[in-house]
Amino acid sequence: MKFQFTKEREAKLPNIFAKYPTKRAAMLPILWLVQEQEGWISEEAMQVVAAKLELAPGAVQEVVSFYTMFNRKPLGQHHIQVCNNFCCRLRGADWLVDYVKQKTGCKVGETSSDGRFHLSTVECLASCGTAPMMQINNDYYENLTPEKVDKILKDLT
Amino acid sequence: MTFVLTKNCEVQNMPQLEVARKHGAYASLEKLFARQPKDIIEEVKTSGLRGRGGAGFPTGMKWSFVPQNTGKPIYLVVNADESEPGTFKDRFLLERDPHLLIEGIIAASYAIGSHTAYVYFRGEFYRQWELFEKACAEARAAGLIGKNILGKGYDLEIYAHRGAGAYICGEETALLSSLEGGRGYPRIKPPFPAIEGLFACPTIVNNVETICAVPYIVREGGAGYRKFGTEKSSGTKLFSVCGHVKKPGVYEVPLGTPFKSFFKDYCGGTNGRPLKAVIVGGSSVPVLTAEQVMTMTLDYEAAQIAGTLLGSGGMIIVDDSVCAVEALADLARFYAHESCGQCTPCREGTGWSKKILDRLEAGRGEDSDISLLLQLADNMGGKTICTFADALAMPIRSWIKCFRTEFEDHLRLKTCPMKIGTLNSIRSS
Repeated sequence: MKFQFTKEREAKLPNIFAKYPTKRAAMLPILWLVQEQEGWISEEAMQVVAAKLELAPGAVQEVVSFYTMFNRKPLGQHHIQVCNNFCCRLRGADWLVDYVKQKTGCKVGETSSDGRFHLSTVECLASCGTAPMMQINNDYYENLTPEKVDKILKDLT
Repeated sequence: MTFVLTKNCEVQNMPQLEVARKHGAYASLEKLFARQPKDIIEEVKTSGLRGRGGAGFPTGMKWSFVPQNTGKPIYLVVNADESEPGTFKDRFLLERDPHLLIEGIIAASYAIGSHTAYVYFRGEFYRQWELFEKACAEARAAGLIGKNILGKGYDLEIYAHRGAGAYICGEETALLSSLEGGRGYPRIKPPFPAIEGLFACPTIVNNVETICAVPYIVREGGAGYRKFGTEKSSGTKLFSVCGHVKKPGVYEVPLGTPFKSFFKDYCGGTNGRPLKAVIVGGSSVPVLTAEQVMTMTLDYEAAQIAGTLLGSGGMIIVDDSVCAVEALADLARFYAHESCGQCTPCREGTGWSKKILDRLEAGRGEDSDISLLLQLADNMGGKTICTFADALAMPIRSWIKCFRTEFEDHLRLKTCPMKIGTLNSIRSS
């Protein structure tokens, strides 16, 4: 699959490079642009990024593989990340994981058959005081109850 | 409630510049630019402010390490990679009062002679990053960021940078590796970042909460800040309280406040069950039993005497429904997951700790497992590039020390005692 940035995103690149004294430092912001556009980061995209940064593709790949938020395969439309770290478990993360599994039909680490949901469990998201909680794409949902989860999932397009 | 940091955190629309200004935002800048940078560093030294990210290093002293004659640019890097389990205090400031952070960045940058500041947000803080970008744009339009700030001849650019999901990037040298576009690998110190940090230039890395205390110090003076807290632990600190507590949340108190009254008056006590244990400074610090914590005051020195650390102020309240082995297994899972893998004792030690604790919890432990865990802790602590491995070694030692009989019960009963309802089920198992 060939990758190229959309015109709008391509136009953002000079501004990103201007923030840093080296090209390499623009790595994470540019990888975020890729993921924002595609939902994941393919090897072809890594090659394009490597060329922009004047690095070998392997130098980009080793970065992508280090960070848990960079997806190396397409996920569902809504990436549901339930925190089941120690602090969230103290406030009932276990039922939340089970409940979301049941509601979406996904096991942890899987995408639903209709491609709408992808379920992950994650470590601390700095929301311990409002646990149990989950993140869906860029948003946090906190102090969750079964009723709240039902409504949140229903309201997702 | 004492208000150095959170004074305006309940104000509606505080992230909007107009509202922020009505509540005194950027009022410290006149005083700031009227003084020499070295005087500001002295003022921060006088204040006794210590790094609020966890290590508690004196901020003014750190700033004074920056060499001013290298000809290289000097960088300020703000650590907003808040990821320590139990810690959500920086997030509170980022969401409620981003202009306080910008004001602090201007003051800190001016003091150390920096003209470029980066704020490193954890990747998951997308909305907080967005809010900060917006606040920066407003501040820039008002002449508070950019060339010739307020016509005082001082230039400063502030850039927000997003991480991508790696706890280790909260470690200052790992953060710098990440900001340079690499894997978040910690670096050997020395050289310390103040001498050779970001892009091999002198760099100060400070936590969000530390930077947010600076405008107050500029405004009221170091002595004004010292009015709060104790002789050695001056000022106020945010504590984020979670777990089995009636009123979880973020509270600002003067250092030296007794835990007992803090817990009762601010947090409303536990949810009803007896208190078992408290982790006072984020998951990495040694756990204390209910008895130990009740006599402690919330300051750096008292924490050390009690056998723990104040850390990030991420306070985890644990009641008697929790099994100590399961709790430690949960913590070990976090560290095994987040080890960057650079150093063998950490990469292997965190993984093995988790495996041993899982089998102990499941009732499949071996008699030597407790001593094996302690041996692993000794092989991890102090033997790696950064202190990540220590951050699991400390919980292992302390949970075993405080709750040893529970670990032994798992071996004796070949199951988790907490998961047994009645005596009958013990007999039948």
